[in-house]
Amino acid sequence: MSSTEIPVTRRLTRLMAENPLIPLILLLLALVLVLEIMQPGIVSPFWIGNTIKVAIPLAMLAACQTLTMLTGGIDLSAGTVATITAFVMATLAPLLGVPEAVVIGLACAVLAGAVNGFGIAICRVHPLIMSLGTGLIANGCLLVYQRYVIATGTIIPDTLVWLGTGRSFGIPNGLVVFIPFAALLIWGQKRTGFGRLLYAVGSNEPATRLSGVRSWQVYFALYTLSGLIAGLTGLILIGLVKTPSLSLALRLDLPSVAAAVVGGTSIFGGRGGYGGTIVGALILTVLTTMLTLLHMPEGARGILFGLIILAVTALYIRLTEKG
Amino acid sequence: MTRILSKNIWTLGLAALLAVLLVITKLIQPDFGVSGLDSLGRAALPFALASLGMAVVVIAGGIDLSLASMMAVTSVTAATLMDGASDGQSVLVVLFVLLLGAAMGTVNGTLVVVSRVPDIVVTLSMLFVWQGTALLILNAPGGAAAPWLRALSVGGVTLPFVPEALTVWLPKSVVFLFVCLAVVWLPIRRSKLGLMFYAVGSDALAAFRSGVPVGRTKIAAYAVTGLFAALGGIAVTMSTGIGEPIPGPYLLAAVAAVVLGGVVLGGGRGGLIGPVLAVFILRLVRMDLTLMSVDPNVTTIVEGSIMVVVVMFGGVVAMRGRRT
Amino acid sequence: MTQQEPSAPVLDAQGVSKRFSAVVALRDASLVLNRGEVVALMGANGAGKSTFVKILTGALTPDTGHVLIRGKDAHVTSPAEARRSGLVPVYQEPSLIPDLDVADNLRLGNTPVEAFRHWVNALGITALRMDDMIGRLPLATLRILDLARALAAEPDVLLLDEMTAALPTDLVARVLKVAREQADAGRSIIYISHRFAEIAALCDRATVLRDGATVGSVKIEPGIEERIVEMMLGADHPQTAVAAKSLKAASQGTPRLALRGLAAGSRLNDVSFDLRQGEVLGVVALEGQGQDELFDVLAGNRRALAGTVAIDGQPASFRHPADAIASGLTFVPGDRSHALLMSRSVRENIALPLVARLSNWGAIPLRDEATRVTAAIERLQIDTRAQGEVRRLSGGNQQKVTIARWIAKGVRTLLLFDPTRGIDIRTKRQIYALVRDLAAQGAAVLFYTSELSEIRLACDRAVVIFNGRVVDVIDAADADEPTLMRAAYGLTEKERTA
Repeated sequence: MSSTEIPVTRRLTRLMAENPLIPLILLLLALVLVLEIMQPGIVSPFWIGNTIKVAIPLAMLAACQTLTMLTGGIDLSAGTVATITAFVMATLAPLLGVPEAVVIGLACAVLAGAVNGFGIAICRVHPLIMSLGTGLIANGCLLVYQRYVIATGTIIPDTLVWLGTGRSFGIPNGLVVFIPFAALLIWGQKRTGFGRLLYAVGSNEPATRLSGVRSWQVYFALYTLSGLIAGLTGLILIGLVKTPSLSLALRLDLPSVAAAVVGGTSIFGGRGGYGGTIVGALILTVLTTMLTLLHMPEGARGILFGLIILAVTALYIRLTEKG
Repeated sequence: MTRILSKNIWTLGLAALLAVLLVITKLIQPDFGVSGLDSLGRAALPFALASLGMAVVVIAGGIDLSLASMMAVTSVTAATLMDGASDGQSVLVVLFVLLLGAAMGTVNGTLVVVSRVPDIVVTLSMLFVWQGTALLILNAPGGAAAPWLRALSVGGVTLPFVPEALTVWLPKSVVFLFVCLAVVWLPIRRSKLGLMFYAVGSDALAAFRSGVPVGRTKIAAYAVTGLFAALGGIAVTMSTGIGEPIPGPYLLAAVAAVVLGGVVLGGGRGGLIGPVLAVFILRLVRMDLTLMSVDPNVTTIVEGSIMVVVVMFGGVVAMRGRRT
Repeated sequence: MTQQEPSAPVLDAQGVSKRFSAVVALRDASLVLNRGEVVALMGANGAGKSTFVKILTGALTPDTGHVLIRGKDAHVTSPAEARRSGLVPVYQEPSLIPDLDVADNLRLGNTPVEAFRHWVNALGITALRMDDMIGRLPLATLRILDLARALAAEPDVLLLDEMTAALPTDLVARVLKVAREQADAGRSIIYISHRFAEIAALCDRATVLRDGATVGSVKIEPGIEERIVEMMLGADHPQTAVAAKSLKAASQGTPRLALRGLAAGSRLNDVSFDLRQGEVLGVVALEGQGQDELFDVLAGNRRALAGTVAIDGQPASFRHPADAIASGLTFVPGDRSHALLMSRSVRENIALPLVARLSNWGAIPLRDEATRVTAAIERLQIDTRAQGEVRRLSGGNQQKVTIARWIAKGVRTLLLFDPTRGIDIRTKRQIYALVRDLAAQGAAVLFYTSELSEIRLACDRAVVIFNGRVVDVIDAADADEPTLMRAAYGLTEKERTA
């Protein structure tokens, strides 16, 4: 059998496995097309700008999931950490000034990440359980903090609002932050030693050990970095939402995992990358719009996202076993 | 005798710790008594049932992250169906909900075995699926619980020929818990199925070679977990009187109680009494902090930290065990 | 299958083959076992013994061929079914549940307790209690319990896989005695062992596997060892060395690597030898004689229990492979899947040690990396046409990648564990040449191989390890296969240190 006679489905799955970006972008375009058919006229430059604007915080939070998933982990505390940074920043800004508040907010995020890193790297707790626990504690801290600080009022810096909601020439300003952010990650994941090690550790941790890698260093740095990224996400998100709340980014936890998984990053580690995640975040944003148009209740959305994660993961298992 | 002692040393230690904590509680709050025990029992009930469910699946070498979501589904199902139902109907509702829990657990287990995706990923996905299902059934807390069901967990038991002054010290909620434990777990533990749970969790290959159907055993373990989750969901509805579609903090609490209770993450070791004692210890710590008028949110942090430290400790122990 | 003849064999396996994707594990294996007979199943490393055992016990399904037990097609799909059909295996690894006590383990497998007790006593274990936890019992006891459990099931065919490997001598004698009694009582036994003495004492026949096929079955009689060794080796083994060994290792000066009394795990007991600069030192051992532990210790992957390791005269101990690498000891494990990042590219695999250290976490010097990787690829002639993931490469090319990694990093002392297992002859030759080449440039190479002919092709000397001890040191010139095989089976035991 020559290569041209390979069944279409198998060729498609191989394409999907080797270069997930192409089918993903096709899927995105197809979804946009369906949306346009469902409600003619909805797709406009303004709508596209809006979609990107909403997708940016999701894509940034999904960076936490992508990087941790490359090593076979996950960071379920990311949403809470983002919320904390945003809330702490907004409440401290009137007291200390904006730059100091931003630094303290991000410091909280790094601290939470380091706690995750400690549990996962040193105590070898499963990342899922550890990050869930850290999220719970962090949320408790936030509640305590809120009781003592709420009276001072909040400030949301104009810069963040400009970044979160503003547009210049119809293009969302958030891209000013997001494009360098994404470029740095996409460059870093392939072209730095640390990035390489993420893939290596996720692909075969015992093998990296034999090559002289001390994987705990990788895990610790990774989860600390993940905390920092979650904090940055919180800052962008609060510029978009404009009201500090205690559940600001919590609703993004699940979609951020789904965005990374849909974007072709294997939840078992070693495969994928941030490029796919960005498309995945756009796909999920469009999908959400579609579900809203269909008046799909929130519960159905949760079910759908859960099934997507499971189905995509099972598919990747089949793909990797075949080869 | 010494063997039985050494085998159960962990459980006995937990029991001693619980006793010490009870004494401390009495010292902090001199009028801690019947009503205190009663409220402790009621607060602990859903946590204890969740921990029982988690313990079963962990013993069999798995983990079920969708536990709290399954509790939410069963809680709202029970509350919705019981709203305006007669006593007779509500008994049927309870039976239906228990079946529903076992069915959800079976779905989880089947997906784990058939898809070959690791337990932790499958049940994470199912966490979202069941959570969504709960929201579809009931969008906001609501529904009702049958009065007889509510009465099941309030106050002390009444026993014939035993003076009430004694029976008030035994909260109905605790009795309910141990009845659940005895009815669900004892027959399993005594049968070969219980052995198979331990065997699969301890060493799946050796179990396979000893003739244990590994896949089916795993599914059965998940089904039992689902059943306990259903009991937990009913307990939530029982104590609040309504259905709660947002999953409570039961997942991590259950994992922590399981680890603290002497069940090894990874499977094969531990029992169900340990986790129950652990739940009471964790609840009592929380109660003491509240009695010392610590901010309830600080209490949450302390509680969360205890859980995380316990899980981290469990991780270190498991790692050492693997090395030797 | 209408009527069972009294003379029909109890077990009759014919034409069994099995392949795993590209690797043919079994080509044409057969085994006939008569009532009351004890047959030794023999074969050198990699002859397909373990695959055959898995097929006989139902853990694997054969691609072709059949296994008949008492004339019935024993189409078994699980160990449980094999058990019901009358064949009960005792595996190398005890198949008892560590977290259950003895009684529960018996209950799990429906083992009759009284019969089990009887056999435990007969086999010489006296202090056993039914509530002992399996996980707390010593390995030797577990093997006996496993055997007692198998005997209690009253099998027609008993399969003993390296039954005596972890046993003290008194228990070995008991086991052999009980096995002989069982055979005399009409049961049949398949006996797998590396120990000729036991085979001579117990077995009636030996069936020999070579390269995945049964090459013959001989009656056990005095002096048969030589014949069996020949059968295991085959007639066509090359007698002449291909690589010219002009270079005699400089035997003076401090050795690159000096081991004294090294012990680790349960199998490596006491190993001492020197490895010198410019030398390729072969290690010869049957499976499970401690060579895995030896390499693990040297690679920093396991702690030694006793003994010392000195590098260039300096004592060394490693807590992590990174320490060993820093001392110049680089390890290529026997199983490629333990070394490779299967889902990553050739380049990332080869460059892995270059980014391992914390100080290399920043931007990768791409040009330097490309130079090193390209040089390593060229030196090993890795076929990189199949770009993309390493798992798409052939076995030989994958093996080259695991070595190329250290070429790119720079080699001082290379630890190769069976680097040519399951790869084609052309790649094997390239690896021999590379090893010689590295030694000529001043590296030291420790080379474990399961293929005895390779000692003459690639090494200067060989140490032979048996039961965790060095039993012989042989110069490559004298290392013909029968000599090595006899030494590896402990037949020419003479304690020596290199």
